[in-house]
Amino acid sequence: MIDIWMLFTILALACFVGYFVVWGVTPALHSPLMSVSNAISGVVVVGALITAGVSEMDVSKILGLVAVVLASVNIFGGFAVSHRMLLMFKKKKRKSGENE
Amino acid sequence: MNTAYLSFAYLLSSVLFILSIRGLASPDTARRGNILGMVAMLIAIIVTMFSPLVSEYLWIAAAVVFGGLVGTFIALRVKMTSLPQMIAAFNGLGGLSSVFIALAEILAGSQSYLESSLGLLIGAVAFSGSVIAFAKLQGLMSPKAIVFPGQQLLNLLLAAGMITVCILFVISGSPNLFYLLAGIAVILGFLLVLPIGGADMPVVISVLNAYSGWAAVGIGFSLNNVLLIIVGAIVGASGTILSYIMTKAMNRSLSSVMLGGFGIEAAKSAAAGEEKTAKAGNPEDAAFIMENANKVIIVPGYGMAVAQAQHVLKEMATDLRRLYDVEVKFAIHPVAGRMPGHMNVLLAEANIPYEDVYELEEINREFATADVAYVIGANDITNPLARTDPGSPIFGMPVLDVEKAKTVFFVKRSLASGYSGVENPLFFADNTIMLYGDAKKVTEEIVGTLERK
Repeated sequence: MIDIWMLFTILALACFVGYFVVWGVTPALHSPLMSVSNAISGVVVVGALITAGVSEMDVSKILGLVAVVLASVNIFGGFAVSHRMLLMFKKKKRKSGENE
Repeated sequence: MNTAYLSFAYLLSSVLFILSIRGLASPDTARRGNILGMVAMLIAIIVTMFSPLVSEYLWIAAAVVFGGLVGTFIALRVKMTSLPQMIAAFNGLGGLSSVFIALAEILAGSQSYLESSLGLLIGAVAFSGSVIAFAKLQGLMSPKAIVFPGQQLLNLLLAAGMITVCILFVISGSPNLFYLLAGIAVILGFLLVLPIGGADMPVVISVLNAYSGWAAVGIGFSLNNVLLIIVGAIVGASGTILSYIMTKAMNRSLSSVMLGGFGIEAAKSAAAGEEKTAKAGNPEDAAFIMENANKVIIVPGYGMAVAQAQHVLKEMATDLRRLYDVEVKFAIHPVAGRMPGHMNVLLAEANIPYEDVYELEEINREFATADVAYVIGANDITNPLARTDPGSPIFGMPVLDVEKAKTVFFVKRSLASGYSGVENPLFFADNTIMLYGDAKKVTEEIVGTLERK
């Protein structure tokens, strides 16, 4: 059993890390930031897997399985759409492309 | 696999998630960041699957594959103009997922009542709020603010009821109270987003994004899972910061957005008084003026995206540069799209290099040295009343100073005011020429004229 204050410590530190990392994101990539953070918020799948991972089939396992499906939609969809978006952000081909 | 391995894998996964967001600091490293995120998620899923906490594999593997296929299918098909709806829908699914986990935990006899309640409440509000946001963005319901008398009082009562039921549940642990709690939270989520109008959607999506993160934190506490707490906090921070940036870009406070009703108080400006005339021009004239310019700044708004004019806009920019040696830049206001950074994605989709696209603070001073500002499908974000008229509802909002350019072209269907309902005096300024018509058609005609020679 982990001490609850330990968890709060981790939460507080994670908030600071999040704060600084997110302010470092360039405004041009705020949409990908949303879709990536959407995908990684699908990490609740870990919780869903634990609740759905019991051997006997009962209501709580079914609820867990639904949660796994929903979180997986989030994860795969979020990463895939981010990938699509990020492929579009291209650099200018300055030397070769300009005067062809 | 024993617990030490599990903890180490979660630590590794957390670090990779942080690096994944870190990668978004620049477009050069962003793709790598996204891949790091995928690796982190893969690690998290695999170690959880093979930990002693999980003893059945067939069903959960099927669930992951099914959800994954659905998600990938949607993500590969969605149009970039519909991105905000998709993000709203995904936020909702994330919230709903937390709700189901919390329910399953309580049914399975978990004793962490308070933690589960928090995961449930935040998740449920994120879910139902996202449903409304999705419906508004998708056009399934009017994007306008829906307000009725006593709305705020009702929300207040619901919130108070929610807290009461939550406390009762934590004391008694009765599952019936838990269901009631879920019901109240869902209704509250609906009511919170109903009074929020279309132009405030970037804020709402960011707030819901934050909720889906905080819900994960709640679930993390109820399962004593460090990974969920760390990642949830980062997502929560991200959504919260984006909400802050968006409200700042509109000079609104978060509370005024959440209480809703933007645009209602603006109705008075209709009877402004004397008849003013705007100068109208045609695309040929615009083409001549632009080809003789040294510097053109293009200001796209959401109307440009609705008209699907981004590709022809890119052609116009390329022609001006190649045929006439004009310096062309794009200026983007933070709320130009329907979600943070939306306009950047739409321009990137049209193959406009990101180095040519500038944020408001980077480019605002350059309008004074520009010969032409080409405003296409935008209105409120250029309105000088935001700087000069303290009585205006948009006063204090940072705007692009397009009127400092020698000539301003407005590509618009009519002189109608924008989302805020405030009239734009720029339409009647001496150096403004209105180009009436569909954004795509007008720009196509300009391109035609530019390429004729």
